[in-house]
Amino acid sequence: MDLAIVWESLPRLLEGAVLTLEITFVSLLAGLCLAVPVAIARLSHRRILWMPAYGYMLYFRGTPLLVQLFLVYYGSGQFQPLLDQAGVWFLFREAYFCAVLTLTLNTAAYTAEILRGAIIAVPRGEIEAARSVGMSGLLLYRRIILPKAFRLALPAYTNEAVFLLQATSLVSIITLLDLTGVARIIVARSFEPYKLYIAAGLIYLVITYTFVLVSRRLELRLSGHRREQPVGGVGSASGR
Amino acid sequence: MVTLDLHGYGWMLWRGLGLTILVGLGAMALAVTFGLLGAWGKLSRYRAARGLAGTYTTVIRGVPELILILLVYYGVPTLIQDLAARAGHDLRVDLNPFVAGIATIGLIYGAFATEVFRGAFQAVPRDQVEAARAFGMGRALMLRRILLPQMWRFALPGLGNVWMVLIKATALISVIQLEELMRSADIAARATRLPFTFFFAASLFYLGITIVSMVIQGRIESWSYRGAQRG
Repeated sequence: MDLAIVWESLPRLLEGAVLTLEITFVSLLAGLCLAVPVAIARLSHRRILWMPAYGYMLYFRGTPLLVQLFLVYYGSGQFQPLLDQAGVWFLFREAYFCAVLTLTLNTAAYTAEILRGAIIAVPRGEIEAARSVGMSGLLLYRRIILPKAFRLALPAYTNEAVFLLQATSLVSIITLLDLTGVARIIVARSFEPYKLYIAAGLIYLVITYTFVLVSRRLELRLSGHRREQPVGGVGSASGR
Repeated sequence: MVTLDLHGYGWMLWRGLGLTILVGLGAMALAVTFGLLGAWGKLSRYRAARGLAGTYTTVIRGVPELILILLVYYGVPTLIQDLAARAGHDLRVDLNPFVAGIATIGLIYGAFATEVFRGAFQAVPRDQVEAARAFGMGRALMLRRILLPQMWRFALPGLGNVWMVLIKATALISVIQLEELMRSADIAARATRLPFTFFFAASLFYLGITIVSMVIQGRIESWSYRGAQRG
């Protein structure tokens, strides 16, 4: 089989892979920052806090990522005068911004659900002990609940990160040249679909399993002193 | 309450919803089939079967759905054409997007169903298997009488999850021009220049499917536990 086209395209595919990784990490980081307050709000007993968090999580986990992406990228055009007035229209014109915004909102909803489960799983005794020495509110969360919850959530969060990495391929549909986008453009010009899509698929495979390997190492290190009970099984379907 | 004015394109979304559900059900049936085969492979005595099933789930979970859809829809026909050309035949192959969509989504979620079924088979208590052996049951009879009927109960929550992720994944088939819900919304959005209205309406349809599925899943699960002790 003639693989010249694959070797020729390899540098451009790898450039696309860099964008894929960039979008993944930016969205993961922003999503995690958003997920913490959402998860805490979701567990609150006050309606004004848990109801919006519940609605947000239900919407973003219950609808396809592609619809969310189109809503932000194309849908924002319907509110152009309004967004212009607010001075943010220049952002929504950029596919990159729309992609990162949508992926952040999406992954934050899934991460908040993972964190919710992990926070519930923090042993009651530890919380009671903290309360008995006078800790409460944010201090209790910062010192006792969140550190423990993060460790419990790590295996499920690794899964979420892998799903997000794969989900970034959708940004090629709104014209971004990530790994999938580059492959699609080269296919459109050369009409060699299976060689290029297989090559792109292999690059994704390598990235995915390198990432899984690294986070397994991290998990082991973080729980080396005593094995924690992981929340959620590895490989449980939680994609989009 | 805000009402969505769909400018007479509502029927198109409903028709799209019908096609989405049809594709979803077809792909789910295929995913269950692949899942049972995959689980059988993973738990097999034969090394080759274990290797094949392991490769299947590893590859599918490491490659984005969009790449796999493009690969099946555009890649497979050209691959066949290239192979035929080498053998001296001039062949033109086109895949129907409906068939390609069901096949790809089914193949992808078959990998997730494989893990669900594997876990479910292993959740059936070992002593029941030993008891069946003591009675002199063969492998096939044991599978039919002991393992399969009880395995479903453990598999249902996982399968419900697979279904809910799968139905959302069908939106991706819009990139190969099948006029399901997402594609219908896209066409209506372009025609009316009201993208937010139509994509938001489509998202509510998907949300509706998710909520209805959650309710049905709860019912089926409690039904499957009738006459069994919940521990």
